[in-house]
Order: sequence, then C-alpha cells, then structure tokens
Amino acid sequence: MNLINLAIESIFIQNILLALFLGMCSYLAQSKKMESAKGLGLAVIMVLTIATPLNWLIRHFLLEAGALRWTGIEALADLDLSFLTFICFIAVIASLVQIVEMVLDRFFPVLYNSLGIFLPLITVNCAILGVSLFMVERQYSMTESLVYGSSSGVGWALAIMSLAAIRKKIRYSNVPEGLRGLGIAFIITGLLAIGFLCFSGIRLGT
Amino acid sequence: MAKIRKIVTDPLVNNNPVTWQVLGVCSALAVTTKVSTAVVMSLALTIVLCCSNVVISMLRNMIPNKIRMIVELCVIATLVILADMLLRAFVYDISKQLSVFVGLIITNCIVMGRAEAYALQNPPFKSLLDALGNGLGYSIVLILVASLREILGSGTWYGMTVLSENWYTGNTLMLLPPGAFVIIGLLIWFQRTFISKSLREEE
Repeated sequence: MNLINLAIESIFIQNILLALFLGMCSYLAQSKKMESAKGLGLAVIMVLTIATPLNWLIRHFLLEAGALRWTGIEALADLDLSFLTFICFIAVIASLVQIVEMVLDRFFPVLYNSLGIFLPLITVNCAILGVSLFMVERQYSMTESLVYGSSSGVGWALAIMSLAAIRKKIRYSNVPEGLRGLGIAFIITGLLAIGFLCFSGIRLGT
Repeated sequence: MAKIRKIVTDPLVNNNPVTWQVLGVCSALAVTTKVSTAVVMSLALTIVLCCSNVVISMLRNMIPNKIRMIVELCVIATLVILADMLLRAFVYDISKQLSVFVGLIITNCIVMGRAEAYALQNPPFKSLLDALGNGLGYSIVLILVASLREILGSGTWYGMTVLSENWYTGNTLMLLPPGAFVIIGLLIWFQRTFISKSLREEE
C-alpha cells in the first residue's frame, strides 16, 4: 500500500517536472511534436527505472560510510566514500545510457528506431540525476527507489506529452509575437502546474 | 579591447543564457523562492563555470574528440563536489535548502554548453571571460526572478520587509511552482519584444 502511495505521490503530487522543475531543457526542446515527446517520455521512464535502483545499489554497497564492510577487509570497514556520490552517479547514468542504446539496437530494432536519437540526450537530463539524488536524500529502500524511479519517469512523460498536445493545438492561434515559442510554452507549463497543484489536496493514508 | 569586453557583456542581456538560449532553467526555477538561496546558487554556478571553462580550455588540445563528453563531465563533477563541500562547510543552512540542486549543477546545460561551444576552441583567458559573462547573465536572471517571487510572495527582499504585512497579503502562488513558470515566461516575452528585437533590426 505504501508503495502505491509513493507512486501516486511522485506521479501527481510531487511531479518531477511541474513541482520540482527537473528536466526542463529537453522538455522544452522536444515538445514541439507529439511523436518525439512520446519517444523521449518512454526513454526517460526506461532509463529512470533502471538507473535509480542501480544507483541505490552502488550507494549502498560501495559509497556509504561503512558500506564496504561486506568485503571483509579490515582496512575498508570504516571507509566513507560518500563524497564520490555525484561523480559515480553521473558515470553510471552515462554508461547505462550507452548500454541501453546498444542492447536496444541489437535486440529490439523497432524500439531502437523510435527511441534511438533520444537516448544520448538523456545523459544530461537533470531529471535522471535529480531522482537519484532525491533517493539518497529521502533514504528510500531498494524497492522504494525502484517504484520512485519508474513513477517519476511516468510523471515526466505525462507532463511532456500534455505540453506537446497543447502546443499542437495552439499552432494556429494568434499568440503575440515576442511570446511565440518558448514564452508561451512556459506560461502553458505554469497553467499545467496550477492544474497539478489540485492533487496536493489529496491526503494519502500512511 | 572592445572585442574582449563584448565576450563578457554580450551574455548579460542580449544573449542571456537563460532567457534567450533557454539553458539551465531547471535550477533557475527551483531555487528562486528566496533571494538568499538564489545568490548562493548563482555564486556556486559562476565559480564552477569559470573553473570548468579554464580547465577544459587548457586541456582542449589533449582531449580526444570521441571521449570529450566524458572528460567534460568528469571535470565538472569534480568541481561540483568541491563546491558542495565548501557550501556544506561554510553556509550549512542554505546548502540544506538548496538540497539536491547543487549536485544538479553537473547536468546544468549552461556549464556543459559553454564547455562544448566555447572552451574547446578558445584559449584559457578568453574562456574565463566567456564563463564570467555567462555566469553573471545567469545570476542576473536568477536574482531578478527571486526578487519578484520573494517580494510578491512574502513581501520581503533578502529577509527585509519591503511590503508591510499591514496592507499587503503575500501571494502564495508566487512561491509555488506555477509562479516561477509564469514569471520566466513573461521575462522571455519582455526580453524578446523590447531588447533583442531592436538588436536584430540593427543587424
């Protein structure tokens, strides 16, 4: 039950994009067409679902204070490597994206053709690193981080697909000249965020 | 000389990284509920950007083209770790409020973008100036947005009361995420209509 609450919270109430502002750059750049929004959304869900638990494992078994105790080597028992968190996470994400790209290319060519060009973009998407860092800050467990990662991805995909759909509708509207393109995209995002604020009234049982 | 000055002043208003190129907006929105956090964040980003541009520019002839992204990420991540540790040591309260957003400087598109677009082709001194200009351009927008949000949202500026509570009720919407989105949207509108438009006509 707790996990369902966590999923609902990270998709709607604390939406990674509309409440925490993560992943804005690719959100604005790739929301002109529904097709690319869908592709990027799916790619983000996939990478987040794998990267967050993976980073949890790395953090838990390699970096935390005393995490290396399982090796049985006395000198490593009290080692605290948590200052390496940022560099390890970004390295994991960058290499994971490469591996996912290769695996898709080899085994799922159809999926690769639709997602392929978006995967390299994801390395520098702050949503991925942000979710991993929030996972550390909120001290989630392994299963919680899996649920948190995937549902944050779903929330992000939801946000980018709604913006893409709205931008498609306003293509022929008479928007003031200076506001065309990015200006109006920001204001629409603001309105979307107001809509999502309604969810913050939901009280989840603990 | 005029050319060198242009490297610094161009990104401040006309070619501002946030409102004109729309880079690095994630953190620009998240840390701007208060002016004090915005100031610390701008300082951290400007310093990281200057150091990373100088380092990458000095290494530019040694980095193989194929792995340049990884090298850049490593340099930036190392600098961000240093910045994070310094913030924790000296301004612990504010670093708690910034939470994960200091770490997210790594994926801030401005840092990566300037390394890719400028530092890889130019000598260290010019790269430093370019970083300084872009860092300041980012800071201007950040502090402007934070000022608007703090004044309208809670009636204070940097903790000092500007709009007295006696006759002004803070507009909470400004402190919530939608306020940030709308303010940035309006800033972009303002900039494109009044500042950059006259510039384009001159050209």
